[in-house]
Amino acid sequence: MTLGAALMAVWLKNVFYNALSLIVCLFGVACLFIYLNSEFLAIIEVIVYIGAISIAIIFAIMLSRPMFQKNESRNLGKILRSLLIAGFLFIGITRTLRATQWPVVSVEGDYSMKAMGRAFLTTSLLPFEVVSLVLLVAIVGALFILSGKNAK
Amino acid sequence: MTPAIFSQSLQTYLLVSTAMFSIGIFGLLARRNLVAILISLELILNSASINFLAFNKFSMPNKVAGQVFVVFIIALAAAEVCIALSLVLLLYRKKDSINIEEVKELKG
Repeated sequence: MTLGAALMAVWLKNVFYNALSLIVCLFGVACLFIYLNSEFLAIIEVIVYIGAISIAIIFAIMLSRPMFQKNESRNLGKILRSLLIAGFLFIGITRTLRATQWPVVSVEGDYSMKAMGRAFLTTSLLPFEVVSLVLLVAIVGALFILSGKNAK
Repeated sequence: MTPAIFSQSLQTYLLVSTAMFSIGIFGLLARRNLVAILISLELILNSASINFLAFNKFSMPNKVAGQVFVVFIIALAAAEVCIALSLVLLLYRKKDSINIEEVKELKG
């Protein structure tokens, strides 16, 4: 289901349907996160990706009207070339995956939110602060780009 | 999400994330709409997150490191989408189109 939605997210012509299938795909990814024992990240995925990013993308689509209505034309040669590159990538990585023996250390461990919070404030404090700074800069930058001085 | 024929193994997750990554690369190359390219980028970032969590579950003694990394990935993706969407809107205001083939000059 995740992969089908991902395919639809890139294949459909109308961008609005792309965004909607992206939401379905991200929901599938969140379910995969639950399978991988990280419920907190699944919640974060749903809140941040589906709740914020997809909504922002849909807003941008709605705000620019021709993109919402007009379907783009296709260039067959370009699609074939991209398909070739993506197919080679997929086949190559898959063969490597099959050829490698992946060691399994252990599935047991501390997946809890408590441990994560402790890690955020001790071992990875610096990246945590840097990411918060990057988010701030991104917001200010986006506002600056769209502010009246720049736009005609 | 995984059918019954697939076992719960590391390889299955890696396979899924590889497929998602390839789909993202395909979309990145084939589409010409800026927002569609952004959506493909999201797919690629998500496949990276799946990879991180899969390795975190199956072959890391410390189960926190991968999750912390995925949180950073999500935060950076949010920042990137924020910037990119503002650029898209600016481009739309200036050019009335978001087809990347029509954006050729750097000094608009």
